[in-house]
Order: sequence, then structure tokens, then C-alpha cells
Amino acid sequence: MGELLTTPSQTVGPYLSIGLPWEDGPFVVPEGTPGAFWIRGTVTDGAGEVVPDAMIETWQADPKGGFDHPDDPRGRSESGFRAFGRCPTDKNGEYRVLTLLPGVLPGEQGEQARHIDVSVFARGLLNRVVTRIYFEDQDNSGDAVLASVPAERRNTLVAKKTEDGYRFDVRLQGEGETVFFAL
Amino acid sequence: MAAPTDLRLPRYPREPEGTNAPLDFAGYGSTKLRHPSQPLVLLPQMLTEVTGPLLGPGRLGELDNDLTRQHDGEPQGQRIIVTGRLLDGDGRPIRNSLVEIWQANAGGRYRHTGDRWPSPIDPNFSGLGRALTDGDGRYEFTTIKPGAYPWKNHDNAWRPAHIHFSVFGSAFTQRLVTQMYFPEDPLFSQDPIFNSIPDEKARQRMVSHFNLERTVPEWALAYDFDIVVRGSEQSVFEDEEDED
Repeated sequence: MGELLTTPSQTVGPYLSIGLPWEDGPFVVPEGTPGAFWIRGTVTDGAGEVVPDAMIETWQADPKGGFDHPDDPRGRSESGFRAFGRCPTDKNGEYRVLTLLPGVLPGEQGEQARHIDVSVFARGLLNRVVTRIYFEDQDNSGDAVLASVPAERRNTLVAKKTEDGYRFDVRLQGEGETVFFAL
Repeated sequence: MAAPTDLRLPRYPREPEGTNAPLDFAGYGSTKLRHPSQPLVLLPQMLTEVTGPLLGPGRLGELDNDLTRQHDGEPQGQRIIVTGRLLDGDGRPIRNSLVEIWQANAGGRYRHTGDRWPSPIDPNFSGLGRALTDGDGRYEFTTIKPGAYPWKNHDNAWRPAHIHFSVFGSAFTQRLVTQMYFPEDPLFSQDPIFNSIPDEKARQRMVSHFNLERTVPEWALAYDFDIVVRGSEQSVFEDEEDED
């Protein structure tokens, strides 16, 4: 089979909100779904300024730890759970996603704690940056990915409990910089 | 649930050095305060990373793939057909997959409140398109050739004409946002976004090809643009060495 070289990544630029937001993008599940909660956060830059032209995308397992995807070797869940969320930041740099708690997953080194994968796109980012959301009220102790992150920076990956869900802020640069991953 | 050691997951090798831009690129001023300053942490590709959203027909409206018919009148400018295939690095077509585009109008103006460049807004052009790939991974849009525009990044800075593309592939590892450029654009040499890609051959993979056969007589020019996302190795047991 011929190997093809990939198309490079480019920035979404300042006008991503023409093409990418969907009306139902922030709703991984419809409002009123039992157990649903909001993840809210602010994207800030290295000067501490809010980033009003970013977009957050989330991808996660369903509450039972399944994926409605043919490459899940445990079998496709066919739960109908969209598992995907997308929200541009507003003028205050804020995004929000309504979702359900993902299940615990098997990993190569023991179980993976409940987590959500996140992509951040923005003007000024030539490639997306990738991070993970963990939850402060869940057991994260055995998670190999979290353990691979320097201890003093792990808190940047852990969403804080709020009244209607969790808060997960993204700091692109500088003090309290979010841990970003190479895939 | 299977024991961890039973998991056989595809693996998506990283692109060769030079394929992607560094996150910090001095020529493109906006990277300065927005690029991570700490090194990236390696994320092993596990279940969440090797799966991804499979977004289908539910995301499409009737005229989403024809940007020239979304309003009562026709937009100004040169009609073009943009077509190509969405493939993975092993040459496999990615079928029934969502492709989203957005772009400026023929005068280089985006329909966006943030765009103050005094070129007219075209009331008949929104600049937004969506399509699904077919069984061969092929997509097609009818649109207008976008204009170049100034953007104040540096002295007399102009963006080459481009269309923004967003594709998902079939795994979180394959998610890609890129820009399609037009052949032989005289503005390439001064554009830091285009030139942020270190490898010249990789840069050229963002340039579409004029396709005379696909033009429509008396009506539209045509450009081909294939998009390739990362390929996969089907089992973790196949690879012993890491190609970093």
C-alpha cells in the first residue's frame, strides 16, 4: 500500500466562527438528559487576556465506557451517544459543553480514570493543542497519563466542581499553563 | 470488559519532521502569546485517541456544498468547483466523513464582524460550506474563488487566497484543520502562515491543482485538493521501533 504524506495543519484564523460552530455544538447530550452537567471554562493567553476567537472540541467515552466506533476492540457501543462537543469561545473567552460523565476505561497500564480529550483551536495556533479533562471528585490515582505529568502541573488537567457541573480553564501560555499533549 | 493487556489498538505514527509548523513562529505575530511555553507531554494512543466522532448526514443542509446557491442572488466572482479525496496516510479513503469549509468572498472580505478590511461584503455570499465524502472519500464544493486580503501582520502583509478546511478523519489523532491555496500564487513568498511549514514539499501539499477536465464550459473553473490525514498501523504488536 502506498504511503501518502499528510497535509500540514494551518491555523483556523480569526474567522472560524463563520464555518465551524453548530447551534447544537455545545450539547453532547440534549438539555434535560438525566445526569447531564456543564463543563465551563475560559481560554486565556500568555498575558492573561481572554481569547475570544478560540474553539474547544471534546471527545469522550459514554457513561459505560463505550465508544460508538468500529475501532473499539471491545465492540462498538451503538449507544447513539454523540460523544463530541464543540463550542467557540465568546467575547469573554468562555466556552461551555453539556455532557455526561465518561466511564472508566481500560488502558495499557491499568484502568484509565474518567477523562475527556480536548482540542483547542484559535487564531495564533498553527496546530491545535490537545489536553485532557479529569474530574476532581473522581478517583484519578491510578491513571498512567496523569501520573506521567509533572506533579506540580497535574492540577491544570483536573476540572473543579461547580454548582452546575465543572470548571476547566485553558491557559495557553505562562503561569499555570495547561498541560498540552503530543499525540 | 477486556483486560488491559488484551487491547489491540491501531496506532497512528506521527508525521515526519518538518510536516507541521512549530507552535511558536516569530513571523506570525499571533503565536507569541498563544503557544505553550512548556514542552508537550507524550500522550499514549489509547481508546479515546484511536476513536473519534463519525459525523454523518445529520450535519448537512441541502445547499451546504454549493456556496453559490445559498442566497437569492448569485455571488460576485469567479465560480469554481473544488473537489478532492479525503485519505489516510495509507491511501485508504475516509468515507461518509464531514468536510467543513469557510472562506472570504471574491474581494477578500469575510462575512464576519471582526473583518474591517474595506472591501465590500457580498450580500449573496456567506462563505460557509459542508459536504460528506462519498464511498471513494471524494468531496465536492461549488464556490467562488476567494480574494487575497491585507492583514497587518507585517509591513504590507497580504494573505494568499485560501479556503479553510476542517476534517475529522476517523480518529481523534487524525483531526485536521488546514488551508487550501491556489497554484502559483505570487503572495506565497511573503506569507508567514503558509511558510510556517518547514518542509517545502509539505507546504506544496496545501496547494490545489488546476483541473481542466473538471471545469464546466462557460460556467466554472475547477481545482483538485486531496487531503491526507495520519495513517494507522493496525496493531500495537507490529511496531517495535519508535520513529521519532
